[in-house]
Amino acid sequence: MRKKLAITGNEAVAYAMKQINPDVVAAYPITPATEIVQIFSQYVADGEVNTEFVAVESEHSAMSATIGASAAGSRAMTATSSQGLALMFEMLYIASALRLPIVMPEVNRSLSAPINIHADHSDTMGARDCGWLQIYCENSQEAYDSLIQAVRIAEESLLPIMVTIDGFIISHAMEAVDTFDNKEVQNFIGKYKPAHPLLDIKHPITIGAIDFNDYYFEHKRSQIEAMNNVEPVILKINEEFKKSFGRGYGLFEEYMMQDAETAIVVIGSTAGTAKVAVDNLRKQGKKVGLLRLRVFRPFPAEKLSKALSHLKAVAVLDRSTGMNAYAGPVCTEVASSLYTHSDLPASQQAGKKPKILNYIYGLGGRDIFVEDIQKVYVDLENVAKGEKTEKLINYIGVRE
Amino acid sequence: MPSLKELSKEKESLSGGHRLCAGCGASIVARQVLLTAPKPLVVTCATGCLEVATTIFPYTAWEMPWMHSAFENAAATCSGIESAYQSLKKQGTLPVDANINFITFGGDGGTYDIGLQSLSGAMERGHKMLYVCYNNQAYMNTGIQRSSATPKGGFTTTSPVGKVKPGKEQSRKDLTEIMVAHNIPYVAQAVVGDWRDLTTKVQKALSKDGPSFINVLTPCRLGWGCAPEKTLDIGRLAADTCFWPLYEVEEGVYKLTHKPKEKKPIIKLLKLQDRFKHLFKKGNEALLAEIQEDIDKKWKKLLFLCGEKSE
Ligand SMILES: Cc1ncc(C[n+]2csc(CCOP(=O)(O)OP(=O)(O)O)c2C)c(N)n1
Repeated sequence: MRKKLAITGNEAVAYAMKQINPDVVAAYPITPATEIVQIFSQYVADGEVNTEFVAVESEHSAMSATIGASAAGSRAMTATSSQGLALMFEMLYIASALRLPIVMPEVNRSLSAPINIHADHSDTMGARDCGWLQIYCENSQEAYDSLIQAVRIAEESLLPIMVTIDGFIISHAMEAVDTFDNKEVQNFIGKYKPAHPLLDIKHPITIGAIDFNDYYFEHKRSQIEAMNNVEPVILKINEEFKKSFGRGYGLFEEYMMQDAETAIVVIGSTAGTAKVAVDNLRKQGKKVGLLRLRVFRPFPAEKLSKALSHLKAVAVLDRSTGMNAYAGPVCTEVASSLYTHSDLPASQQAGKKPKILNYIYGLGGRDIFVEDIQKVYVDLENVAKGEKTEKLINYIGVRE
Repeated sequence: MPSLKELSKEKESLSGGHRLCAGCGASIVARQVLLTAPKPLVVTCATGCLEVATTIFPYTAWEMPWMHSAFENAAATCSGIESAYQSLKKQGTLPVDANINFITFGGDGGTYDIGLQSLSGAMERGHKMLYVCYNNQAYMNTGIQRSSATPKGGFTTTSPVGKVKPGKEQSRKDLTEIMVAHNIPYVAQAVVGDWRDLTTKVQKALSKDGPSFINVLTPCRLGWGCAPEKTLDIGRLAADTCFWPLYEVEEGVYKLTHKPKEKKPIIKLLKLQDRFKHLFKKGNEALLAEIQEDIDKKWKKLLFLCGEKSE
């Protein structure tokens, strides 16, 4: 039966996991993702899932065991956050290169030091180039829906996927979430049919062989191609999801973008705050818009740059820093996509690309307010008018 | 227990043509374990010589399903595979009588050091798997660096012999006892060179409904500086000098599986290996005596644990 539940982000994630009913879950607790593991253990203890739950001794082993379970031919999941993801780093690359369709909810939290348990995107942004698909959710509903979609996306593309929510802001906040019937979820994800399961004794295979310089490049090239091909898979599965459940999500969400002259690009829960800012400014007649980037891997460079190329100025909000003495990770990718892709023919591009500003905000869970975002739009308006900006990077809400 | 003749008729599970050195103890361990283990098998390996030399793409020496993912996580990887097996069996995707045996191989680096945590975790959780450490007492794959299994006085490239240092200064860790402390159904020490002892232990280990661990002392011609044709002799001598006593702990009960007729002095073993060459130079007499004392002390303790009379 479909049910509207008042649940937190973590509860929504755990509930989706229960309905996915994976064969194996190997996980380790870490704030703010701990509840996912706890709630799921209870489902196991109550016999509500068929899952073999492996309470591993670290996140490195969580990912290792999940990799083993997935290679064995089972549907395998884990969940983590922050330091846990950092500890998995080595294994993230192995999961993706072995082409294992692992699904992992990730609760975004800052990275030590200083130790801090609150939301920013340093953890998953640090793992942005490890060959995993990444979907950043705005709210619990989207996290629930995206996890169900993620199973299909991973299994069709043979790439692992992380679905993220902002720590505490989403993971611990209560929201109304429309949930589906167990059967509907099972019908949508279907039965997992691995092509080459390790446990197929009759067809023994060797997984994880060593490549020297005569093969490594080809194997990496094919992995790159898998990443290149996944965008249409995400869109197709989203269409099917819409058909089954009446709602869906694209690679990114455009809010008041059609006639906008300036816009903000943001990921995660801050989009909700930014939409309020847009509404306020629209009431004042300002032509402002918002683009919420949802799928960060694969990076939808072409579509994104087309969606932005008509603007006069764009501000990219980053909830992490690249520590590259240049700009945050979202900004560098948005900027480079605008440089390499555009709606306009090359001959007409000169001087037509939108100006770009980068704002670093919210590190370690520092709040961001509607007024902060409205102030960004004021900056954008000035830049659009031709006013010179002193800096590419600005910081919101920090004591300098 | 199978006879040597019976074993020789078994189909090889580790095919020839791999790139391990002539005289390598690790391939002997793998072959003897795999020949004896009841089939079907699924094998995992930690990064190390055995893994690297047997799976150079597009070739593989492994006749059964085999997986490697990283260095420190072979036990964790195997526990994931074994959990998938339990889950799929429970759900009817795999037949209930599939009876797969899970075996993991790791070198001493991947077992004593970087992989100790994942091994401990897997043993504590009780996965039904046999972990075999082929213990060549150093990181051989990366060029003979010390591990916590390297014996005192041993030369390695990170415990080199120098003007002021006599090789490794510390004693080796007693991993077998650490595994015993996990209260798993079967723990044993074996050695390359005593096939009957090793294969008997593999069969016992796999008959248990739970995790088991066998620590096999495995000569490495390159790292130990010994003649390749002496691998088996050196292994046996390690048992006869009590440098590596052969024993087992079954359901908590200690048993000596080989009592040397006459306990040989340690220098006999050390002399066959270049890694201990410097110990025989003037000035190192005290260190040699200390090594013998350490062995005697440990042996006495083991005899006591096994309920044997002290010599
Ligand atoms: C995380 C990590 N650290 C270091 C290495 C490099 N490395 C590969 S094999 C190896 C040593 C293996 O030693 P051991 O486990 O004793 O096996 P052996 O080589 O003797 O067979 C090292 C240090 C690695 N692959 N991964």
